[in-house]
Amino acid sequence: MQIVQRRPLPLRRVRLRPGGVLPILAILAVLLVLVGIRQPSFLDPPSLMSFLGRSAPVILLAAGQYFVIVSGEFDLSVGSLVTAQVVVAARLIDSDPARTWPVVLLLLAFGALVGLVNGLITTRLRVPSFITTLGMFLILVGAVYLWSDGAPKGGLSEEFRRFGRRAIEDVPLLGRVPYALLVLVVVAVLAVALMRSDFGRTLVAVGDNPRTAQLSGVRVWRTRTVAFILSGLAAAVAAILLGGYSGVSFQAGAGLEFGAITAVVLGGVALGGGRGSVVGAMLGALTLELLFALMNFYGVSGALRSTVQGAIILLAVAVSATRSSSR
Amino acid sequence: MPDPPPASLLTLRGIRKSFLGVRVLDGVDLDVTPGEVHAVVGENGAGKSTLMKIVSGGYAPDGGTVEVDGAPQVFRGPRDAQRAGIGIIHQEFNLLSDRTVAENVHLGHEPVRRGLVDRRVMRERTGQLLASIGETTLAPDATVGGLGVAQQQVVEIAKALALDARVLIMDEPTAALADHEVELLYGLVRRLQQRGIGLLYVSHRLTEVFDLSGRITVLKDGRRVTTVNTADTNTDDLVRHMVGRELSSYYPDRATSDDLGPVRLAVRDAGNRKLHAVDLQLRAGEVLGVGGLQGSGRSALARALFGVTPFTTGEVTLDGRPVRLRSPRSAMRAGIAYVTEDRKGEGIVPRQSVLDNALLATRAVGAARSGRAARTRRVRELLATVEVRAAGDDQEIRFLSGGNQQKVVLARWLALDPQVLLFDEPTRGIDVGAKSAIHDLVRRLARDGAAVLMISSDLPELLGMSDRIVVMRDGRIAGELPADATEEDVMTLAVGHVTETDR
Repeated sequence: MQIVQRRPLPLRRVRLRPGGVLPILAILAVLLVLVGIRQPSFLDPPSLMSFLGRSAPVILLAAGQYFVIVSGEFDLSVGSLVTAQVVVAARLIDSDPARTWPVVLLLLAFGALVGLVNGLITTRLRVPSFITTLGMFLILVGAVYLWSDGAPKGGLSEEFRRFGRRAIEDVPLLGRVPYALLVLVVVAVLAVALMRSDFGRTLVAVGDNPRTAQLSGVRVWRTRTVAFILSGLAAAVAAILLGGYSGVSFQAGAGLEFGAITAVVLGGVALGGGRGSVVGAMLGALTLELLFALMNFYGVSGALRSTVQGAIILLAVAVSATRSSSR
Repeated sequence: MPDPPPASLLTLRGIRKSFLGVRVLDGVDLDVTPGEVHAVVGENGAGKSTLMKIVSGGYAPDGGTVEVDGAPQVFRGPRDAQRAGIGIIHQEFNLLSDRTVAENVHLGHEPVRRGLVDRRVMRERTGQLLASIGETTLAPDATVGGLGVAQQQVVEIAKALALDARVLIMDEPTAALADHEVELLYGLVRRLQQRGIGLLYVSHRLTEVFDLSGRITVLKDGRRVTTVNTADTNTDDLVRHMVGRELSSYYPDRATSDDLGPVRLAVRDAGNRKLHAVDLQLRAGEVLGVGGLQGSGRSALARALFGVTPFTTGEVTLDGRPVRLRSPRSAMRAGIAYVTEDRKGEGIVPRQSVLDNALLATRAVGAARSGRAARTRRVRELLATVEVRAAGDDQEIRFLSGGNQQKVVLARWLALDPQVLLFDEPTRGIDVGAKSAIHDLVRRLARDGAAVLMISSDLPELLGMSDRIVVMRDGRIAGELPADATEEDVMTLAVGHVTETDR
């Protein structure tokens, strides 16, 4: 290949690579400064650590949602999947510590199964994923109500709740490190490794142009189905953390799917697929959580959360759409 | 022919060079005298770049001599050429953008004092050098990345002069410049002339050539057409020298009977919704052209063979063994590759990098255990072989020209070592230069033993490239024509007004 120097126009040096993580890092930095001005103690290691631990479920869901979105689809079912997982866990564990690990494995399998069904219906039956996962969302909500006769039963074991609410204490410099944060770090490393693998590159290619991928021998349906399974697995892990942190309720996962989608879009990932990084998606989730914390510090009503999310989605998509059409 | 002025600085005699059996330069003579601007013009692919690379030590010539000041030279690399006093300013600059002007100018030969780089001396020398070519606004301490293109070009020139260059090659120096910067370059060129430096000036833009040069050499298809005094010629003459090649030289040579191997792909009485009773044989080493009108089933044939819309009846054999081509994957596994006519819609993954595009098929079906590094290296080699021009293999493919995109697509398939290649309008929407590069590649693949099927609506291309032509009509094969058929023969079969004799 002959390397031609990119024209060293000054503009080009400033212009950001679309889909890169620089914009979201910049937004994150600005928010951190604003938070630091208003509430300097928030940036102390212990409080920062617990903030990261609290944000872990949403960041995990954003990573899961990223796989689906970058492959050109949507997963609206994750919120109700989280709820279902928490309610199921409570009833099956029924406060018996011995059942903790079997149930954790079962939840992971449940998440993967929901993802598999979402994926197969979308790819094989050619139902648009928006509809597929909306249907799955409703089915899960109804099924959980039915199964638990309208009120959550049983309870989580202390061992189960450890992941969501406990931390490693007395860590030098950092103070306490929540288990949730450790889980998040492990998942993040796996996600980044996955996106660098053949599967990851192929997944993005499928989102960018499924026809080309198909004609190059990619099994597009399989690739996308795996993305849905990954999203289901991420929801299972998020449910384990959330159940531990905030306990069992029918509201456990309410609205999380939109939070995850907002985070992914904010992180520079193109709706429709083919562009953006999983790191950007996770940073987007972190930014969103930080924004909510900031709103809290400034006394903005929590009721505005969804309004803010909606505005961010519209703004982010509009910005990326006008930018990509102007080239 | 004007008399070559005496005391030639650089003399080329009978320079020859071939790549992969393709003659790129064929006995080129050229000389440059001190203080002269000698322009070299010619179409894309005329051999200008190759000639310049030979003069600057990038390539070794297959034959001929290079003399500097009358002394024959053998350049084993760019360093030898530099030492002999030849500098080259590439179209693409070769600068370290995070370093200063002075550091770039002295790169690789920094003034050293007690084992350390002497920055003060380096700055002073750079300042003197810049002043000597009339450049007073450029600070030796400035970071190169912050400079405009024109100033970066000045740095490149200073870099060459720091090595005592007496012959300077400028390859399309104005390509990257804005209009007002071109004037500055003119001034610079004239000051270099006054210093007695000989300039070889390669450009497409004839205005510049007439403004600056004393003599012009025209290259065409690797040969020197003529060398004229600029004062004695005009644009029309020059253009006439540059263009007007014969049709026969446009396309690579056809297969000889030695090139043809056994029947690789055979289709017997096959059909599907769009195709009926197709019989076809494709031999190793041949290019089989497929003609016909839009919708006659040409693309449907390729797509059936590639398993996109498979045959539902009939039989396909590969090397004598029956194969079932039910999907692109199964076709790929059988050694078949398909370059689609709809490059944008289904040939590229636009927002992914050149490398990711080239690796797509290998990642999908390649042996999973073959080392990643080895695979990537091989694909990079293929990208180099097909001569993709890009800003780097991490550049998004949508920013490449159609021809370069097509080359990347080709590299993607070559990575799988296909035995049968199906090309559907391989040169549609591609500029002339890249077109003939694709033609050469297609022919080279056939010569290396692949069986090639090429669909084309471009009749001269179809007739120029094919060893044999089948023409389709209404989903059937309407007839077969030999290589020396005419456009009328193809059209007659395609529209079917005349009763065919051969079926």
